[in-house]
Amino acid sequence: MPALAIERWTRITGPQADACPEQRRVALTVEVQHGQRIHAVTAAAALAGARAGMRLTDARALDPGLIAVPADIDGDLALVRRLARWASRWSPAVEIEDGGLKLDLTGGAHLFGGEQRLLADILARFATLGLTARAAIAPTARAAWALARFGGEAAIVVPRIRTAAMLAPLPVAALGLPGHVTRVLERLGLKTIGALAGIERRSLARRFREADNPLDALDRALGRTADPLSPLAERSSPRVLLRLAEPVADPAAAPQSLGLMVPELVRQLEQRRLGARRLVLAGYRVDGEVGIAVAACALPSREPKHLERLLADKAAGLDPGFGFDGFVLEADWCEPLDPVQDGLAGGPPDAVAVARLVDRLVSKLGPDKVRRPAARASHVPERAVQWIPSTASGAPAPVAVERRSRPERLLDRPEAIEVIYATPAGLPRRFVWRRAVHDVVRAEGPERIAPEWWRERSTARLRDYYRVEDDGGRRYWIYREGLHGDGRGGDPVWYLHGLFG
Amino acid sequence: MPGTGVATLAELFAGSPRDGGWTGFLLAQLPAGRPWLWVQERMAMLEAGRLYPPGLGTGAGELIHVAARDARQALWAMEEGLRCTQLGAVIGELYGDPKALDFTATRRLAVAAERHGVAAYLIRLGGHANLSGARARWRVTSAPSPANSLNAKAPGQATWDAELFRTRSGRPGRWIVSHEPGAGAKAGFHLVAGAGDRAMDPDYRAAS
Repeated sequence: MPALAIERWTRITGPQADACPEQRRVALTVEVQHGQRIHAVTAAAALAGARAGMRLTDARALDPGLIAVPADIDGDLALVRRLARWASRWSPAVEIEDGGLKLDLTGGAHLFGGEQRLLADILARFATLGLTARAAIAPTARAAWALARFGGEAAIVVPRIRTAAMLAPLPVAALGLPGHVTRVLERLGLKTIGALAGIERRSLARRFREADNPLDALDRALGRTADPLSPLAERSSPRVLLRLAEPVADPAAAPQSLGLMVPELVRQLEQRRLGARRLVLAGYRVDGEVGIAVAACALPSREPKHLERLLADKAAGLDPGFGFDGFVLEADWCEPLDPVQDGLAGGPPDAVAVARLVDRLVSKLGPDKVRRPAARASHVPERAVQWIPSTASGAPAPVAVERRSRPERLLDRPEAIEVIYATPAGLPRRFVWRRAVHDVVRAEGPERIAPEWWRERSTARLRDYYRVEDDGGRRYWIYREGLHGDGRGGDPVWYLHGLFG
Repeated sequence: MPGTGVATLAELFAGSPRDGGWTGFLLAQLPAGRPWLWVQERMAMLEAGRLYPPGLGTGAGELIHVAARDARQALWAMEEGLRCTQLGAVIGELYGDPKALDFTATRRLAVAAERHGVAAYLIRLGGHANLSGARARWRVTSAPSPANSLNAKAPGQATWDAELFRTRSGRPGRWIVSHEPGAGAKAGFHLVAGAGDRAMDPDYRAAS
């Protein structure tokens, strides 16, 4: 994408600018060590003499009317990343390399009607996005890189034998060597790759250091050594692709597509004896966006109806924009799942039925709303129980049982109360909670719970818990935080922490 | 207790949102061994806190806790839970008199509970007993506990004043009860000698 930065800038500023933005002489600049350097220029500015890589002052000398705008390198990179995800429609292995995209198309071109058609498709789709793209398909990644950047006309398909011949007329810069190596080669008169290939290997090997030896780059370009891609994400999980003949802007398209894709996904899961824990539905839009719907399961599952129901609501919420032209359904988190026998009554096993209920609740309410308790090793009451998401994997130990000394209900945060007591360290007589007076008829305590010094600050105070019953028989769990003169704050404060049933 | 045995919808009115007594009364009736779905509305959680597993004892089932945003969401979660026959019980706590909780909503819950055989309990904190499809309606408040034999100053066994003011099967009534957990000879609900004077049961009066 040779003009990505300037095209993005034009698209962003286009609606605001009064004059036609292509006609203005604008340069995007970046700060370097000695002033500003030009990152990209508009076509009008290029005609006036400005070039990318020039210093801004030099360009201003040629064209005093040049407008300088700071370049948004991060924004450009974000766009490239988004395009890389979008480009996964052609191949699952996409790598980003200095502002360009590399796709591993091995064995995949026939799905799109052959290399020529595929290349035309890629160029056409980038063109509809308003981006200039240059593309090439070659037997090696390095050769494709060179042809796309230096090959003049875009869209060149190379039969394997002809790789060397196709590369021969290109300048040595197309090998992607470091700048000083390229300069040395040009100074030696080796201007093209063809000239370089004609030199005896041994003399080249002797002349250059191993790290930036042109021999290595040449071998990679011609496929003599391996040059693997490191794609964005490893995709080995079960995946189903659905391509639509033409874009569909109906929001019901996404849920309907599930009906076509889920059975195929379930077949793949069955083959590999896996159950899906998380499903991702990606809807590819014509305008280069990807709409994503995610659903998670509490237990691995490959029950088509269940999976479809989980995703259906979320899928219906995807914004189709100008229309989806493809869907990918992927189980990106799987766990081994062997076939399970149904219950005698015909329904699913108990644990599975409950897990499915949890899934339905989670997909509607959100994962942080559906929780289960897990025990933690702590003496502090509110810390002894942790509410973890029900879908979290791994079964925690059952919660410890201390019947009668702990209340049935605990307030999320203790509420301060005013207490009247006979002696500072004695039993409470009466307290005011939420503006209502409770006369304490009976009380039991204290149960002292010391702060956990290995977790808390040194100013944390101990707690004396009392079980109290008021005149109406209501029973509460209250505590006094701190002692008189413990040197950790002023007077002790009383709190109400729990309600007994 | 009357009205138990068949899975259906029971409505429990707490004496006040600050009275946790109904929790003990309800826990004593819930079946053990199967998971419970405990749905709480946001306001109920703020007013009366959450369930605290260490205080529930050994009989407690596995808990699934749902923090619903409002009454409508809570009712939806309850109904969804009732469709899962593997649950032991579905409990929903609502605060006040939400608009979403009308006769139709309660009737739906009652029908779902009966069809799938899962007991449902609708807890009303600070609400009024309006029209409802619940098969049994209770009003439960704490009552002063009997003397503690080990420590005269300490609270004794939890005691509740439970009034069954509407029921389909059996007769309404009012009892002061406590509950003994476990499986021994004394386990189960007990009537407790009340502290005050009450009106005599009309049947008893007629017989004597």
